[in-house]
Amino acid sequence: MQGSTIDEYQVSSTPEPSAEVTVAAHEEHPDYRVLGLIVFLASESLMFGGMFASYLIYRGVSATWPPEGTEVELLLPTINTIILVSSSFVIHKGDVAIKKNNLSGMRLWYIITAVMGVIFLGGQVYEYLTLGYGLTTNVFSNCFYLMTGFHGLHVTIGVLLILGVLWRSRRPGHYGETKHVGIEMAEIYWHFVDIIWIILFTLLYILTLF
Amino acid sequence: MAVAMRAELYTPDSDLLDPNLYNAFLTNHGTIMIFFWVVPAAIGGFGNYLIPLMIGARDMAFPKLNAIAFWLVPPAGALLLGSFFFGGAQSGWTSYPPLSLITANTAQSMWILSIILVGTSSILGSVNFIITLFKMRVPSMRWDQMPLFCWAILATSILALFSTPVLAAGLTLLLFDINFGTSFFRPDAGGNVVVYQHLFWFYSHPAVYLMILPIFGIMSEVIPVHARKPIFGYKAIAYSSLAICIVGLFVWVHHMFTSGTPPWMRMFFTISTLIVAVPTGVKIFSWVATLWQGKIRYTSAMLFAIGLLGMFVLGGLSGVTLGTAPFDIHVHDTYYIVAHFHYVLFGGSVFGLYSGMYHWFPKITGRMYNETWGRVHFVLTFIGANLTFLPMHELGLQGMPRRVAMYDPQFTAINQLCTFGAILLGFSVVPFMINLIWSWMYGPKVGDNPWDALSLEWTTSSPPEIENWEVLPVLTHGPYAYGMNGRNGKGLNPSAPTSGEPVVEAK
Repeated sequence: MQGSTIDEYQVSSTPEPSAEVTVAAHEEHPDYRVLGLIVFLASESLMFGGMFASYLIYRGVSATWPPEGTEVELLLPTINTIILVSSSFVIHKGDVAIKKNNLSGMRLWYIITAVMGVIFLGGQVYEYLTLGYGLTTNVFSNCFYLMTGFHGLHVTIGVLLILGVLWRSRRPGHYGETKHVGIEMAEIYWHFVDIIWIILFTLLYILTLF
Repeated sequence: MAVAMRAELYTPDSDLLDPNLYNAFLTNHGTIMIFFWVVPAAIGGFGNYLIPLMIGARDMAFPKLNAIAFWLVPPAGALLLGSFFFGGAQSGWTSYPPLSLITANTAQSMWILSIILVGTSSILGSVNFIITLFKMRVPSMRWDQMPLFCWAILATSILALFSTPVLAAGLTLLLFDINFGTSFFRPDAGGNVVVYQHLFWFYSHPAVYLMILPIFGIMSEVIPVHARKPIFGYKAIAYSSLAICIVGLFVWVHHMFTSGTPPWMRMFFTISTLIVAVPTGVKIFSWVATLWQGKIRYTSAMLFAIGLLGMFVLGGLSGVTLGTAPFDIHVHDTYYIVAHFHYVLFGGSVFGLYSGMYHWFPKITGRMYNETWGRVHFVLTFIGANLTFLPMHELGLQGMPRRVAMYDPQFTAINQLCTFGAILLGFSVVPFMINLIWSWMYGPKVGDNPWDALSLEWTTSSPPEIENWEVLPVLTHGPYAYGMNGRNGKGLNPSAPTSGEPVVEAK
């Protein structure tokens, strides 16, 4: 709790003080937000896991998968996949830049990532519009739209996070060589979204070829 | 609500409640008790209050996240209660499709949203607990010096973290089925209802451990303090929490033995279910061994803890019988199930919560409760619970189905017995509430450590100040080193009162 009135260093009167001199008062406990995010994402991945599992069950019990009339197209999603996967490398360049205290470099790489994210979302919407079936056509299309839609929601959140980082980076000194937790968290989240997409792409597109 | 349902079941016909209202009552009784009473009280309440105190932290790792998690609960509760204006969700707390797809759609959707909100809250809380426990212990506390309650909360958090999102996924699919015309769970359009059951029980079976593991933690705190003995088998209890957590993730299909599961699956999940009984038994025997030759103080907290031991063993035994596929198929969806889970949830979780409330009441309020009324509360609760739930075993074996407002007249006598028990149970809450409120306002003031307990939360003032300690404490002994010094076996504090009565300061 910032602004608390408690003194920073308080050594207790103890029979064996040596071990306790390093006791941290509240305002200086290290930043655990990155760790917290990772634990949260582990949980989040299980939500996708539930959907993947259901999808595989539906796939397993049906004779033809996907059912006739609901074949997926492959060209656009493949381009989309390449864009999204390569954006993970781009965002990492940004992270490397800020660790070298290169603020403008970080901004540039993050802007490129955000643009790539938006292109991905645009491609996704275009695909929805051109496919010949909708959410309610059959169980495959249910799964298809729900899973890609849920993933798209996460991409949108990721883009917003990146924009938030960019917005905050206007203020001089907000981010720096040693102070870049927000940047790192946005990056981790983006990688997560990327990994989920790779699994999704395998399940929804590649596996339908066989 | 529960009493109203029992009153309805006093006679075979439905003459008190409309059957639809009865269905809504049973759904919401289950939901409220699980998601809005046991889970938030045990994990959210005791967990957030005690964990920082027990490990010597000034606060949780993410205070703001905690606030979000807390404030998600009231809107969820409002949604749930609001659903009554739309008829109330009627498909039981399990909300199996197709029933949940055809009854009271609006109310069912509100129910789903409400549960998703609570689920989000519990995920955020779990993240917080895990980071706090890993990173914020006082430097002098090793893992094996952590109070057992912390181990229990750690196991609980891991469980919540990995199972809750799957429930959220399942409920989202259900929500889409109800409102957006998808057909995940509509067999006529290619869907599959069993998928929902898998998703649901993947969460909801671990959820029963979510509800009992923190209670086990409370037990492991209350029993050594009031028996004045070091806990028996510290490591065994700590690891058995983790074992329950891990095995608990692989037993969910035992709820679905009658859903057309193939024999190999029945076999696998029967075995894994029975395995859960092992770590649970380890705990029970450890507590009994702790009580053995202890200097037991029969305070209200201890009475509830001992009551829990008895009730939970009974519930656990009926659980073992249920975990066996052949028997389960015989009694599936009968009152035997109702009896079983009320023994573990009421005799287990609720007794544990009462015990914890009495135990930490002086710490939370700085005042002592009235012991006599606490004991009255215990006696009423214990008799009421057994009177209500014990006959249900017999009802179930005779074949009375659960979740219906009307039943065959041959079951009347036993049902009337249950209803008397329920009314007694309803009354038992009165001395509890009055005692707590009155004592909070006017009870005699107590010192920091009225029970002479050794874990860290008793070293700060009662009630604890903001940021918990002015000077962070240093561990010189383990949390259960009663009657010995952790290092050399000498008496810890020879001048400490040994009368066994709580230390109460004059006003």
